[in-house]
Amino acid sequence: MIQENQSSRVAPAAFERMLWRHRGESGMLIPLLQAAQDSYGYVPASAIEQISGVTGIPTAEIYGVITFYKQFRLKPLGRHIIRLCKGTACHVVGAEMIGQVIADELKVAPDETTEDGLFTYMVVACLGCCSLAPAMMVDDQTYGRLTPQTIRKVIRQYRRDAEKTKGVAAAKA
Amino acid sequence: MREVLVGLGSCGLAAGGLKVYQKFAELLGSGSDAVLKKTGCIGMCYAEVLVEVRDEKNGSTVYGNVSPDKVARIVESHVRNGQAVTEWIVDTNGSTSKQQRIVLRNCGVIDPDSLDEYLARDGYQGLEKALTRMTPEQVISTIADSGLRGRGGAGFPTGTKWRLAAGSKDSHKYVICNADEGDPGAFMDRSLLESDPHSILEGMAIAAYAIGADHGYIYVRAEYPEAVKRLKHAIAQATARGFLGSNILGWGFNLQINLKEGAGAFVCGEETALIASIEGKRGMPRVRPPFPVESGLWGHPTCINNVETLANIAWIILHGADAFKERGTEGSKGTKVFALAGKIKRGGLVEVPMGMALKEVIYDIGGGTLNGSPFKAVQMGGPSGGCIPASLGDTPVDYEQITATGAIMGSGGMVVMDETTCMVDVARFFLSFTQNESCGKCTFCRIGTKRMLEILERICSGKGKQEDIALLSELGEQIKSSSLCGLGQSAPNPVLTTLRYFLDEYTAHIVDKKCPAKACLPLVEFFIVAERCSGCGLCLASCAAGAISGEKKKPHRIDMSKCVKCAKCITVCNVGAIEKR
Repeated sequence: MIQENQSSRVAPAAFERMLWRHRGESGMLIPLLQAAQDSYGYVPASAIEQISGVTGIPTAEIYGVITFYKQFRLKPLGRHIIRLCKGTACHVVGAEMIGQVIADELKVAPDETTEDGLFTYMVVACLGCCSLAPAMMVDDQTYGRLTPQTIRKVIRQYRRDAEKTKGVAAAKA
Repeated sequence: MREVLVGLGSCGLAAGGLKVYQKFAELLGSGSDAVLKKTGCIGMCYAEVLVEVRDEKNGSTVYGNVSPDKVARIVESHVRNGQAVTEWIVDTNGSTSKQQRIVLRNCGVIDPDSLDEYLARDGYQGLEKALTRMTPEQVISTIADSGLRGRGGAGFPTGTKWRLAAGSKDSHKYVICNADEGDPGAFMDRSLLESDPHSILEGMAIAAYAIGADHGYIYVRAEYPEAVKRLKHAIAQATARGFLGSNILGWGFNLQINLKEGAGAFVCGEETALIASIEGKRGMPRVRPPFPVESGLWGHPTCINNVETLANIAWIILHGADAFKERGTEGSKGTKVFALAGKIKRGGLVEVPMGMALKEVIYDIGGGTLNGSPFKAVQMGGPSGGCIPASLGDTPVDYEQITATGAIMGSGGMVVMDETTCMVDVARFFLSFTQNESCGKCTFCRIGTKRMLEILERICSGKGKQEDIALLSELGEQIKSSSLCGLGQSAPNPVLTTLRYFLDEYTAHIVDKKCPAKACLPLVEFFIVAERCSGCGLCLASCAAGAISGEKKKPHRIDMSKCVKCAKCITVCNVGAIEKR
């Protein structure tokens, strides 16, 4: 089963409250979609229907906006999101190879989620911490001056932590 | 009074600044040894985490590469006993003596979350002066007279833009701060927003007063969570204290500022696309005229300025146009902030007077390249800009002169490249970015960039043809002349400039099937340096093509006839024994 990203979760109720509070206001579609994504980890079809129902914006138009912007996702994310920076500064110091190491380690291509639902791997244009290149973010934590060795270490650490929490949960049960 | 300041911009946070801050907090306790403060970007990102200690005896001391385990010694020796820990001090002379700080005047000096600290450094005095002693027309004249030009890249005179917006007859107008900093390799706006958010708000308020707007938006990338957080906080503070909101400073002037988070589309940095995005639509540019200053957000006159432009405003109003004009060249006044990155020794945020030679920025401020070799080229203006070769290192920082090289001033990304950077690969990199970010409205931008990218990929993989070079230039010129917005009009620049200055590298790829910088993998050969190889077998196990052979604990070999050039072996080798040729 794929778990949703836990990092900045807002209860679905918050999205619904926002939807009703701002109905009729122009220019609220993108903030509403952002709230939906914060709540669910992605924009589910039910949220598109809800937004359309309340605001009267056709679902086709909402879908058009979702697919135009890279931030929005129509599929659930893994528990941790790995964002590899492929900005200019990172590119010239070897982000290409770093990306390959991540893909090898996770056995997924960019924009895919690992089978166990632990990681979603994304490539982004620039994280803006060019002096730490090559850089990546795992959720809200930034890792800089990466080497193939440090990447494997970081990813494996997240795996071990996940195993541990799983173990604790099992023990409690 | 002793003070300890920890740099907590995104770079500082990424390097572990928060742990350092917590360690200081723990060791200093509630005792009155020193005041512990957070600050924004100190600018010397290469040495993050940065900590500044201020006391009577030593003045200001900046420590670099501070980790939590270094904190105890700094506290004990410097804070408590006044003995600076000399070996950890960063030499700031080299990098700061040639800089002049107008835009970055408060960055790394004040706590961005403290309105009082901003006020203590002349904060909101520019706004007060404008409201109490100047008419909107006088404000516009001052800005026009200062010669300030848009810092977002195109360099349109700010005063002219304001005058056009002020002249539009409409009871409802908007000011927008464009903080959709999308160029890969640029982080000036992010650092500014994180380190000195009030200066942007003050600039917006003065702009709103000048053109007669009562509503403002800041359109900021959602990828900058720290900037969003600090801006929200600053807006709330300024509103509570009467610098924003209704009846500002009791002068009957109203301005409400809202924050809009972008959703990840590079093209939204373009004015009309940005407006469409705030309106909740797909961010696609439209035909101009009408320009936003006539008909912008929801059909009302809208004045859009870049973050760095706005950060200059309060300073100019307070110190006068003449003080600003003193710096710079004939056509480019004031200073420019650059984000120095790439193969540079001292990367970070720098602010230099216009007119400084590029090589001065790279060598005197940036300290030269990482490995000390001469720089090969510097990329300016991101995907819209171009690569300026070292032979043009004397080019001054000036809108017209940089445009003459084929690059653009751009928003301020400056990525330094040395001999290990392949210029064809750099062109391919930027084109893959613009091709991906093209909104698809104009045929030449949508399909033309795709075709150019295919040609470049062909060249990088050793399948280039002689006629490709002519085809690239022809396509490039056509895309430039047939696209609506700045994205398409400038997308071919990285290719056209590299063709102009580094044609020999293209030829090497196409004719000799060689990549001189050894960056294009299909054109290089891998080999194992026998003296360094420990015979651990990691590469052998990782090679899917079965191209590596050798006995345990003896040097291994790569059979190039089998190698598929995936470079997996390089990434697994722990002793760096595998090299390219």
